[in-house]
Amino acid sequence: MMRLELVKRPQRSALFSALSPFIAFLLTIIAGAIMFALLGVNPLNAFRIYFIEPISQVWQLHELAIKAAPLILIAVGLSVCYKANIWNIGAEGQFILGGIVGSMIPVLFPRFEGPLVLPLMLLLGMVGGAAYAAIPALLKTRFGTNEILTSLMLVYVAQLFLDWLVRGPWRDPQGHGFPQTVQFNDSAILPELMPDSGRANWGFVFALVAAGLIWILMSRMLKGFEVRVLGSSPRAGRFAGFGLNRMVFFAFLLSGALAGLAGISEVSGAIGQLQPVISPGYGFTAIIVAFLGRLNPLGIVAAGLVLALTYLGGEAVQSALGISDKVARVFQGMLLFFVLGCDTLIHYRIRLIGLAAPKLEAAPKLEEAR
Amino acid sequence: MDITVNILLTIATAATPLLIAAIGELVVERSGVLNLGVEGMMIMGAVGGFGAGYLTGSPWIGLLAAIAMGALFSLLFAVMTLSLATNQVATGLSLTLLGLGLSGMMGTSFVGQPGQRLPNLDIPGLTSIPVVGRLLFGQDPIFYISIALTAAVAWFLFKTRTGLTLRSIGDSHTSAHALGIKVIRYRYLAVIFGGACAGLAGGHLSLVYTPQWVENMTAGRGWIALALVVFASWRPWRVLAGAYIFGAVWIGQLHAQAFGIPVPSQLLSSLPYLATVVVLVLISRNKRLTMMNTPASLGQPFVPDR
Repeated sequence: MMRLELVKRPQRSALFSALSPFIAFLLTIIAGAIMFALLGVNPLNAFRIYFIEPISQVWQLHELAIKAAPLILIAVGLSVCYKANIWNIGAEGQFILGGIVGSMIPVLFPRFEGPLVLPLMLLLGMVGGAAYAAIPALLKTRFGTNEILTSLMLVYVAQLFLDWLVRGPWRDPQGHGFPQTVQFNDSAILPELMPDSGRANWGFVFALVAAGLIWILMSRMLKGFEVRVLGSSPRAGRFAGFGLNRMVFFAFLLSGALAGLAGISEVSGAIGQLQPVISPGYGFTAIIVAFLGRLNPLGIVAAGLVLALTYLGGEAVQSALGISDKVARVFQGMLLFFVLGCDTLIHYRIRLIGLAAPKLEAAPKLEEAR
Repeated sequence: MDITVNILLTIATAATPLLIAAIGELVVERSGVLNLGVEGMMIMGAVGGFGAGYLTGSPWIGLLAAIAMGALFSLLFAVMTLSLATNQVATGLSLTLLGLGLSGMMGTSFVGQPGQRLPNLDIPGLTSIPVVGRLLFGQDPIFYISIALTAAVAWFLFKTRTGLTLRSIGDSHTSAHALGIKVIRYRYLAVIFGGACAGLAGGHLSLVYTPQWVENMTAGRGWIALALVVFASWRPWRVLAGAYIFGAVWIGQLHAQAFGIPVPSQLLSSLPYLATVVVLVLISRNKRLTMMNTPASLGQPFVPDR
């Protein structure tokens, strides 16, 4: 019988801080190999199909960028929340509301065209996401209601609201009864970056810009310092005159706006109209992206690309090997697990000890305690 | 009269999984651990219960499998948060995400298959008593387990020494540790108990409520169970009351949809989630009540200093 024991390091280990995402990825690969073997598939073959084939051609890299853009946009916003120890887990709902509010222009005013349309849509999308995120923020600051549960409940409400819109008032009358809105007119479509080689659109640029701006905010500005202080020690933050309530609003509005921007970018870029479902769980996967990227905007860009690949790989193994595309979700979940586990190594040394050992150490332990 | 009885029966069926999952989480949180993975453990219980029932043809084996699945899955959380001291919120979330994915993958071949249903209790002479007969003696076995579980947990937490110890750990793991209490061991057991309950609750969904496998069939019930614990201010009998109120909301909106009330069905479907938000706001407005009952070290990692 063995037992784990954690020994606190005198200071955080820079080595493991850098290594842990890679160790986590390696462990995920090993666990994934076991899983594929259990499913009766040759792991090497499965990995080739999962991780390499989906990015072996230029147009496929465009698809990767399309999937990575919303993940990065949402995750950089969430990273600010989580750094401040504020738990917005309803980004999926804010994404949907961003998509809905931003779509008001092309759906309600389909004749409105011109260069103003797109900026207005993106702005409305951010407003929609931020406004929806303001609800849990308001409830938390006003009544002390747990933001984890309220922000999550609002995801279900948002999904049902979108479902009602596209089946009811916003349904395309010429759509043969399909639950979808009209196709957006050309000036409401987010342009592609390089139409010659693939479908990737400006959403990816937004994601990179957002990551850069949040990086500057967090590492070069007072607000970023405030976030970190309030996150690690609310008491110290109060002494410094930082308001926790203001921070709750700041974090929720910022992450909501970015999720909303991701939502409207997805709708006007990759989809081109509203449908009952506009997200394969980007808002939840972004939580994994945020942690895998160590809550650091630059790490998040890399993590977003990795998680985008798990989506593409899931689709690839489904069509090539007949395995459920839920395999992507399993990979994502495992990855987060291993990342969190490996993060322990940053602050602690892990020792494996037999059960008999503590007795022998009993005497010096007392000495140490004094 | 018959209609009333039928409605009461369906409310009990809707409330039972919420009650069981919430009672399990209540014990976990009383020990100072916040496991946000209820939804994930529940869906794993649902797929495990359905699968075992479907493959063996026995709903009882399904029931056991659901419990085992939930407990096993919670062990993952326990190792991470208790032995490796990871962030409980993030680990719980990842447990939910992993559970939703894993269950979807495991259940691919179960979609559309007929499931096994646990038989309702039928005691000759008693079940046929008018009105109360079916309510008291004619429900599914898990219903009775849920009531017994509530009573047992209430007794355990507030009437036994071990229960007192568990609560003291939840209020201050440092003091408990200083007194020589094995904090981590207690918490392991609490988390596994919570997992077993969540698994059982999931098993109720796929073996009683709707005996079939549908992806994401928990539909947020695990999260509602988490809210119920807060709503009940960590008291077992209040969890029961809360679960039945939510069961009534859930059934009420289904009936309203069936009656064709001129309100969008999506609005009705969102009522349980909106009700959760409203209830959480109402309960958290009462600062004294929540402050007094919240386990003080809830959600904080603990590493024994040897």
